[in-house]
Formats: sequence, structure tokens, C-alpha cells
Amino acid sequence: MTAIATFGLTKRFGTGQVAVNAVDLAVPTGSVYGFLGPNGSGKTTTIRMLLGLIRPTQGGHELLGEPMPVRAAQVLPRIGALVEGPAFHPYLSGRDNLRRLDAADRTTDPRTEQSRVDAALDRVGLLAAATKRYRIFSLGMRQRLAIAATLLRPRDLLILDEPTNGLDPQGTREVRQLLVSLAAEGSTVLLSTHLLSEVEQICSHVGVMHLGRLVAQDELAALRAQTAPRARVRSADPAAAAGTLGELGLAEVQRSGETVTALLGDAAPEKVVAALVHAGVPVQGFEVAAADLEEMFVGLTGEGFDVSG
Amino acid sequence: MSAVETAIAPAGPAAATAVVKPPAFSTRFFRSELWLIFGRRRNWIGLAVLAVVPIVLTVAVKVSPPGGDGGGGEAGSFVSQITNNGLFVALVALLFEMPLFLPIAIAAISGDAIAGEANLGTLRYVLSVPVDRTRLLLVKLAAQAVFALAATLLVAGVGALLGLAVFGSGPVVTLAGTTIGFGAGLWRLLLVCAYLTVCLIGFGAIGLFASSLTEQPIGATIAVMLLCFASEIMDAIDQLSAIHRYLPTHYWLSFVELMRDPVDFGRLVPGLLSALAYLAIFGSAAWARLSSRDVTS
Repeated sequence: MTAIATFGLTKRFGTGQVAVNAVDLAVPTGSVYGFLGPNGSGKTTTIRMLLGLIRPTQGGHELLGEPMPVRAAQVLPRIGALVEGPAFHPYLSGRDNLRRLDAADRTTDPRTEQSRVDAALDRVGLLAAATKRYRIFSLGMRQRLAIAATLLRPRDLLILDEPTNGLDPQGTREVRQLLVSLAAEGSTVLLSTHLLSEVEQICSHVGVMHLGRLVAQDELAALRAQTAPRARVRSADPAAAAGTLGELGLAEVQRSGETVTALLGDAAPEKVVAALVHAGVPVQGFEVAAADLEEMFVGLTGEGFDVSG
Repeated sequence: MSAVETAIAPAGPAAATAVVKPPAFSTRFFRSELWLIFGRRRNWIGLAVLAVVPIVLTVAVKVSPPGGDGGGGEAGSFVSQITNNGLFVALVALLFEMPLFLPIAIAAISGDAIAGEANLGTLRYVLSVPVDRTRLLLVKLAAQAVFALAATLLVAGVGALLGLAVFGSGPVVTLAGTTIGFGAGLWRLLLVCAYLTVCLIGFGAIGLFASSLTEQPIGATIAVMLLCFASEIMDAIDQLSAIHRYLPTHYWLSFVELMRDPVDFGRLVPGLLSALAYLAIFGSAAWARLSSRDVTS
């Protein structure tokens, strides 16, 4: 069962620019899906298409098993979304802004509005500031209010575009904890972000966008497994260690001070250790290190996580 | 945000799938829209400005009562009636405000309707609640209709109350020179308000269409204000008489017909039809635009 499935989703803007190009997202129910990509890679345009805000040039999608946009009225109430930053009426208070959104939702019970609004505000730590006008909210408070808006009612799916943007480190940590607890309560989460560390910390799945294309999509663990592990040896005689690793047939032997690394390949780690000891290399430390995910994503996107042109 | 750990009702999947079946009809979003309009300080100030005109008028007439003839035309005829009957303060105030102040107020509200939400970014959140785009337009139209009625009644109400307090009440002399009772006069005043509200609703539909084209509410407001003034100028040029009846402002001041005896509905019905035509045409245009628009704001 997939919470989000897109089929060749494509958006070509009037300018001829292809913002999203034949994207086939598959977000499994119950997953925390890291939707990763540099700014400008098409994540937000994809999210806007998911919510029916913009019309795809080609392709289609389903949310929670329902075809969109024909079933939007039935399925969107079950989805909480944060799209491209918070947006509220500046002259209304935080609470009144949430009441406005709740009033727009035909599927919520007006009698429970007050308690649900306050519970949502409480959950993001804004209850004390609820009566302040949105105009004077800090960026972090605005972000929290936008997250609160997604919590006005229980949701099966949360689509969150850069939810930790503008938050201080403490706020970032709290929001990530909140996402983890929401996922534990049964919501599927699509977390759009340009921060790899965020994905590594809380996501079970990841999809990587680059220049409008989905260049990789898998379970995070599976992607990690694909990355080639390296043997790392620390020794007082790095030259001898490097020699032995080379004799064992390990590729890409590199020396850096007292540390020698090499691609492990098919070699069993215990055999490598035995060979090193047998060769009389003074081994002070040995570990098998998975390659950095960041290196892998840089390899996929051909660039760091800066702005795509 | 210690509340992260706070236990609140768990939102498990079982609870999450329990979508309340939407009621067949609910005024909740409409009331929220009204509150958005009438809760906004900017709009209070606008309404206060509208209410100032009958106040100034009352003071001016009290300080310097007109002679036997208050000037030419219907306005003059109405002004000269004020000292006899306070109700005429309301009529004169409406006559003064209808070409300028009332359309500006409606232009501000209708220009803000879609473009204002797009400008703030709240449009994307309202649409993904979800609010159906047709429903959004209907609610916006209904809310600005309520505003048009409120603005008209405010001008008439302040004028009538203040006028009656200062000049007292009495029988109402119609434009035909006949006299009708005070109750009948009050009833005529309410009909005037109803007629003007319909005119302003038609005009507001143009503003709503302009608002659906842009993300700049001020731009939409200024555009429809310019349209209003251009229409009034063209209406004053005799050489353009062939197109006068198609101008959105052409029939607005026909409301004075309601002060004739008997009322000549022949000049009121075209005004109502004109307003309804503008409502239908520009309401449809706004719908066509909004329902196909990519919301990228």
C-alpha cells in the first residue's frame, strides 16, 4: 500500500522550463519519506501538484489510494500539508488563523474546534502566544503555527515542505521529535528537505530529486547497503598496512597519516585482519566504514546541496 | 515546545480515517469570511469614512440651511428637503457617495478577495484544506455582497438617525411633488438601499474577476476603480450615448426614481438587469480563471 504514488508526473511551465520531469514517487504507508534535493530541484512544484494546486502537464497521482484530483474533496482532509513556508493573515492572532482554516474544512466538527485548535497550538509550543497577532510572530513561531495547522485533526499523511526552515537548533530538534512521534502514531510523513542530516536522522525512505528528476528512491538502509564499505586500518606502520591491503587485492588504497583505507570489496573483514596480523603489521584499530551518504548523493546529483541552476 | 511529550489524544490511523461526513450545507466558512472582512481594522476605517459623509452633510445643512431651492437637479431638490425631514440626509448622502466612496469600498474588498489571499500565500493553504475553488468564489461573492449591503445601510442608517435627530421627521415630499407618509418614506429608503446593494454586487463581481488575475490586491482594486471612473466619464459624454446603457455605472443614480410618486420601475428594472448581467459575466470569468489557474503563490 502506498500513501503517495505518482505516475510520470511532469510539469512544464509556460516559459518552457521543465520543473518536474516524469517523476514516479512511491511513498509506502507508514514510512517517513525523505524527499531530498537541492533548492530548485522541483520538490515544491511536485508537492503543489500532489495537493492539486497546480495541474501536471503530464502524468497523474494517487494519494492514500485515491485518484487525484477527482477525489480531492474526500482525501485532502486526511492530509496535513506545509507548502513553501508558513502563510497566514497577519492581522489575525495565531489562534484565529487556525480557526479560520478549521472553518474551511467541511469534515471537521465545529463543536470540537476550540479544543482541537488549542491542542494543536499546545503540541507545537505556541499556546502561550496564541492570542498574539501573527504579524509579530518570529520566523520560528510562524513555522510552528504552520505545523500546528497540519495537526488540527488526525491525519493519515503529512506532506511537509522544509518544516525546520528558520527554526533554531532547539526548535529543529523539537520538530524532528514531533515528526517521529507523529509517525509512531501511524501517520505517513513526506518530509521535503535539502538537509541530508535530517533525512539520516528520522527517515526510513528517501527519494532524491535533481533538476526535476527523481534520481534515486529506496529504503534508506538499502541505499546505505549499496554504498561500498571501506576497510579502515590504523597502524604505526601505515606503509606496511597499505602494502598488505594491496596484496589482498583491495582497491583504492589510501594513506592518511597513520590511517590506511581501502574498498573492502568481496573480502571478508576477519580475513583482512588475519592477513594484517600474519604479515606482522602492528594493527591499532580496524573498522569497516560505510561510505558517507553525502558522498553518494553528491555523486547522484553531481553537486553539493546548493541551488540548482 | 515541551508539549511534544505532552500526551494528547493519540492520532492513530483508526482515528485518522474517521472523516466527518460533510454537512449538506454549512455557513461556517462563510461566517469565517465575514469575520475576515469585518474583523479587519482597515475595513473599519473604510466604513468610518463612509459614515462621515452624512455627518458632515448634517452639520453643513444645520449651520447653513439651504434657501427655497438647494440647487439644481435631484440633489438640490433633496437637499432642500433635509430641513423638513431628516430622512433626506440619508438620500443625499447616498447620492453623494454612490459615484465615488461606495465603489471604492467595494473595490477594496473585492480586489482583495483572491489576490489578497494569493499575496499572503493563504490561498494555497485554503485550497489544500481543501476548499473547492467554486465554493471559494461563491463564499467570496456572498461575503462582499454582505459588505455592500452593510456599507449602504451604514450610510443610510447614520444619515437617517442623525437627520431625524437634528431635523426631525415629517411627511416625505416626493420628486413628483406629492406627499407620502413617514413610514412609506422609510420603506422607500430601504428599497433604495436594496437597489444600490444590487448595483454594488454587480460591480463587485468585476473586482472579483480582476482579483483572480493577479497576486497584487492593490493592483486589482485600482484597476476596478479606474474602470468605475472611466465608466462615469463616458456616461457623461453625450456623443457616447449609444454605449451608455452598457456601462456598469450607468443606472446607479436611477435609485432616485424610488422617490417619485408613483415609482417608475421602468428605469429601475434595467439597472437591476445590468447589475445581474455584470454579476453573471464577471462571476463566470472569475470562475473560469480561478478554476484553471496554477496556484504558485
